[in-house]
Amino acid sequence: MAEKNNLLVKLDNGGVYKSSKWLVRGVSLELYKGQIITLIGPNGSGKTTTAKMILNILKSDEGKMESYTSKMAYVPQKISIDWTMPLRVIDFMKLTNHINNADITEALKLTGVEDLLYNQINNLSGGEFQRVLIARAIAKKPELLVLDEPVQGVDFNGEIALYNLIKKIASTLNCGILLISHDMHFVMSATDHVICLNGHICCSGSPSAVIKDSAYIELFGEHTAATLSLYKHHHDHSHETDGSVAK
Amino acid sequence: MFDDFFTRALIAGVGIAIIAGPLGCLVIWRRLSYFGDTLSHSALLGVTLAYAFSINITLSVFIISSVVAILLINLQKRTKLAGDSLLGLLAHSTLAIGLVLIGFLSSIRFDLMGLLFGDILAVTTDDIALVWIGGIIILGILYFIWKSLFSATVNYDLAAAEGMRPEISNLIFTLLLAAVIALSIKMIGALLITGLLLIPAAIARNLSNSPKQMIIIAILAGIASVVLGLFTSLELNTSSGPSIVVVSLALFILSLIPLEIRGQLQK
Repeated sequence: MAEKNNLLVKLDNGGVYKSSKWLVRGVSLELYKGQIITLIGPNGSGKTTTAKMILNILKSDEGKMESYTSKMAYVPQKISIDWTMPLRVIDFMKLTNHINNADITEALKLTGVEDLLYNQINNLSGGEFQRVLIARAIAKKPELLVLDEPVQGVDFNGEIALYNLIKKIASTLNCGILLISHDMHFVMSATDHVICLNGHICCSGSPSAVIKDSAYIELFGEHTAATLSLYKHHHDHSHETDGSVAK
Repeated sequence: MFDDFFTRALIAGVGIAIIAGPLGCLVIWRRLSYFGDTLSHSALLGVTLAYAFSINITLSVFIISSVVAILLINLQKRTKLAGDSLLGLLAHSTLAIGLVLIGFLSSIRFDLMGLLFGDILAVTTDDIALVWIGGIIILGILYFIWKSLFSATVNYDLAAAEGMRPEISNLIFTLLLAAVIALSIKMIGALLITGLLLIPAAIARNLSNSPKQMIIIAILAGIASVVLGLFTSLELNTSSGPSIVVVSLALFILSLIPLEIRGQLQK
């Protein structure tokens, strides 16, 4: 019963049909509070489409989508603000909610861009803008946070810091996170559940289970799978020379 | 106070400038200037129909503009043509239908110039009431849907994801635009309405660094254009509508100068 109360969204066999083809089909997932689900898959595999179904931007053309929260925040992939609009970071932070200035500054501090409060959005670099986008989503204190490749254009150190932040948010805000990411290191080390998409769900499960799945290996190649499992081991524990786990 | 035709023109014109400010900003932000043009072209058809069936001009223009706007939204979903092509198609076909219909109405004396360029000096007390009451309603609705409309202007998906219902506010915005055109066609004319929507907002863009500031400056620039334009037309005996737009253009050019100077100083 407790589990049931924590359910945020439930997509059952969802799919989107557009221009006489299925962009993605047969996707089922349940997202609970405090959980991080990652969508991985090649370009055009339906990751963004699935995210948009979860957010009710796109209606699922079959199956069923149930939403148990209205406190949603979205960090879309590739968004450009038209230069015809004078828009400062502070205006952008208040876009869909009234958020008080203290919360805004705090969120911007978390993503490392608190100095940019009064800067024009148009003058930000790609990485800075991503940080502002993430800060805006956090400041809303959502129950469901959907991040579509949130760290694109962010420098290497920043990437690690932001991923750590995302991981932390899931527990501090107790919100469910749906993440689209190409960063396998993060996917494998920090997420609870991985869904591998290619027009449909190829395989899904815990990160360690997914890497071993033949569908995953076929999609991403044995090489990636091998590197990642090595990497994962490297993070989890260390090995003795004979391969057994070090105490 | 309303006895003098010039005072009436000023009061009506200032009213239109106040409504045009925020809507003009949205037109610029959403890159809808062509859309405004299309609506005002179709307004001509509205006026013709009003004469043909002797109904209220404002109402008839509002209905025709709304129909064209909704038609456009549906055509965009159904055809493979780009938005600008559809706008051109609708603008010129409604204009042509309007002009053809005028031909049939030869029994009625028709002031085509008045239709195209408006006559703000012929404003009646009723017109003033219409502009101000209509304007308060338009701005009231705009205020009510602002958060949704503005967030959808910045990013549609973001607004949709975060429960702003942008599809509804988009539709309402389109109707508000049609309403402004209906309110002002008699005074500014079909060809120049878009000018009064766009140019003050363009002036404001040059001078502002936040959305709120841009709207306020657009309203002030609109009022200045109307007042200075009307006095110019009185002084030089020029047509009032075009004079307003010319003054607006002059203000726009002035608004560019500070940028240039700032640029020079930085070098």
